[in-house]
Amino acid sequence: MFFTYLRRELRRRRKAALVVASGLALGIALVIVVGAVSEGMSQAQARVLQSLYGLGTDMTVTKAAEPPGEGQAQGRPRFEFDAKESGDDSDQSSDMVIVQGQSLADSTVAKVADQDGVADTVGGLSARVMKVNGQFTRGEIEPGQTPPGGGRGGDGGEGGSGGDRVRGGGAAFDVNSYTLFGTDVAQQDLGPLTSSSITSGRTFKAAETDAEVAVVDSAYAKEQKLKVGGKLTVSGTAYAVIGIATADSGDAAANVYVPLKQAQTLADAKGKVTTVYVRATDSQRIDAVKAAVQKNVPDTTVTTSADLADTVSGSLSTAADLASGVGRWLSVIVLAAAFVVAGLLTSSAVSRRVREFGTLKALGWRSGRVTRQVVGEALVNGLIGGALGIALGLAGAWAVTAFGPTLTAELGRGTGGFGGGGFGGGGPARQTAGRAVDIALTAPVSLGAIGLAVGLAVAGGLVAGAFGGWRASRLRPADALRRIA
Amino acid sequence: MYQLSGVTKRYRRGKATVQALDGVDLAIEDGGRLVIQGPTGGGKSTLLQMLGGLDRPDSGSVLLDGVDLATLPESRLTRVRAEKIGFVFQGFNLVPTLTAQENVETALVPLGLRPRERRERAGEVLASVGLGERRGHLPGELSGGQQQRVAIARALVKSPAVLLADEPTGNLDESTRDEIMDLLETLWEDNGLTFVMVTHDTALARRAPRLATIRKGRVTIREQVAGRG
Ligand SMILES: Nc1ncnc2c1ncn2[C@@H]1O[C@H](COP(=O)(O)OP(=O)(O)OP(=O)(O)O)[C@@H](O)[C@H]1O
Ligand SMILES: [Mg+2]
Repeated sequence: MFFTYLRRELRRRRKAALVVASGLALGIALVIVVGAVSEGMSQAQARVLQSLYGLGTDMTVTKAAEPPGEGQAQGRPRFEFDAKESGDDSDQSSDMVIVQGQSLADSTVAKVADQDGVADTVGGLSARVMKVNGQFTRGEIEPGQTPPGGGRGGDGGEGGSGGDRVRGGGAAFDVNSYTLFGTDVAQQDLGPLTSSSITSGRTFKAAETDAEVAVVDSAYAKEQKLKVGGKLTVSGTAYAVIGIATADSGDAAANVYVPLKQAQTLADAKGKVTTVYVRATDSQRIDAVKAAVQKNVPDTTVTTSADLADTVSGSLSTAADLASGVGRWLSVIVLAAAFVVAGLLTSSAVSRRVREFGTLKALGWRSGRVTRQVVGEALVNGLIGGALGIALGLAGAWAVTAFGPTLTAELGRGTGGFGGGGFGGGGPARQTAGRAVDIALTAPVSLGAIGLAVGLAVAGGLVAGAFGGWRASRLRPADALRRIA
Repeated sequence: MYQLSGVTKRYRRGKATVQALDGVDLAIEDGGRLVIQGPTGGGKSTLLQMLGGLDRPDSGSVLLDGVDLATLPESRLTRVRAEKIGFVFQGFNLVPTLTAQENVETALVPLGLRPRERRERAGEVLASVGLGERRGHLPGELSGGQQQRVAIARALVKSPAVLLADEPTGNLDESTRDEIMDLLETLWEDNGLTFVMVTHDTALARRAPRLATIRKGRVTIREQVAGRG
């Protein structure tokens, strides 16, 4: 009888059921969409961060920043060219390999590895290669007008490898700059290269600790028309291109990867690394590990993913803040309102059925049986609302993914207060400082979100049922004779 | 069957209190028939509620087969209503979303019968009130007289000891009224149950062997030699 009665009620009072259900559906859909958008945001942020760090890195250790001003002067490149006789138009070129930020002794890698809670460490060296290539003709340089190397070069300017042709009085030359990362080939499961996959050729062999081989990022390879089997010359050393790596997120940590020892030689930084990549044994204890490293390994800055995430700015982080702030509150409020409205509607539905329930009690139905009937109806209304809400939420999340705006993440900006030099004054993060990454907004709906929606639907049904059931339980058999129908 | 003594019931309405029943003493024998009459607001429905265990008096006792309904715990009172009492209302009081058959079955729900037996018994009783063909209809698809027949079937399906009817023909037109009265009379004769009915129908009241009149909560009984004609 319970189910017969329930079925008949829901079918014959479809409209009332639908009103209750659609209120709940709205709240639940909002929760799904807001949840999906925040999930999309954090995935986008994670992608941005991962492109800097590589997979599985919980924190990086870099040299503590020195007072500003010093490093700046140090990094300024000097190029030496011999001007040629007029009429000699052969190209001259010169490479500068500059360590990015300040370096640490590579013994730091082992020291960090000894700390409690550290599972794994690997050191890496980030450098920028500046290549000036062109013709210089004596007598056509107006003194003081275009000093050699003063054209562009400078501190590296924009990321990537854009070479601007600059014409000076008697000089015509390109400045080409790209990033180089020295990676520990003996330990390849940690570090920036883990966020790229080899799409052509192969990666380094563990034995190639000092081999003249290079893996090139696919975007840079395309631009420079580099292929596996080709050569890439840096400061007179010809590197064999053994593999092309494609960044999973579309943003590579460096343009060119070479074995760490080679990078150290090129940059004249023997026994130095710029960044130690650290994996913790327990991702819940990262803060404790950070504190231990900072205390026991002097003169270092430790940057966790969370620290780095704080430095992400731009529309991505604005939207993420919005989703987790306003969006969450809005959905809580709408959901609470939907619960209360569902409760009141159910309660008023019971009021309209006073005589019906009174009659059932007069027929000898226990109060609990009547209440159960009311709660059952409300619960089914809740589930209908949940189903509608999930459908609506999925549609909304799909629409966000399909028509959603592209967001930009700006990295490392506005971090003046943090260690003076961005996060750590070095490491690959530095080279992306001020760089904007475009990320399409997605709104993935997880199974957990669906589960939450079902839970909310049941909860909404129970809240409504509690309102109505309480009302029904207080009816007396004598209400069967009440004149108001 | 029934033994009422000193039954009092007051209703509070705002500041005023209404004395709906004022020290009612009344005995009804097994298989007896009592017709209750009286002016509107006299307390007829209130008395019927006391007899049916739908409400409790403020004071006095309502003994049904020696059990005092006035003080019986709620769960046992519910049990008495489920097993012993059939109630017929003026407004039929059918569940509008359930079919005739299902409405009759609601009376068997508290008895814990198996669904199959419940269906069979409800079907039989519906047939006995002449609605065998209409069992699948909703109340809204039936005439007033037919709805009241369904309600009577619902009251009788549990084979109650007592049938209480509060103006069962009050909402019906004249021809249907006689039909329903004849039906009730036949049922009373055939089933040997105790039958208490409130009615405004004076012709009917005149034929009743025992007539109670309630005025301002006080009952006067008149035994009539005439019997039913
Ligand atoms: N639930 C209630 N709350 C307040 N007063 C009530 C309630 N039920 C009945 N009364 C009052 O008690 C008195 C007796 O009511 P009752 O319904 O028993 O009269 P009745 O004889 O059945 O009248 P009618 O012929 O109109 O049905 C009336 O004055 C009525 O207004
Ligand atoms: Mg009445």
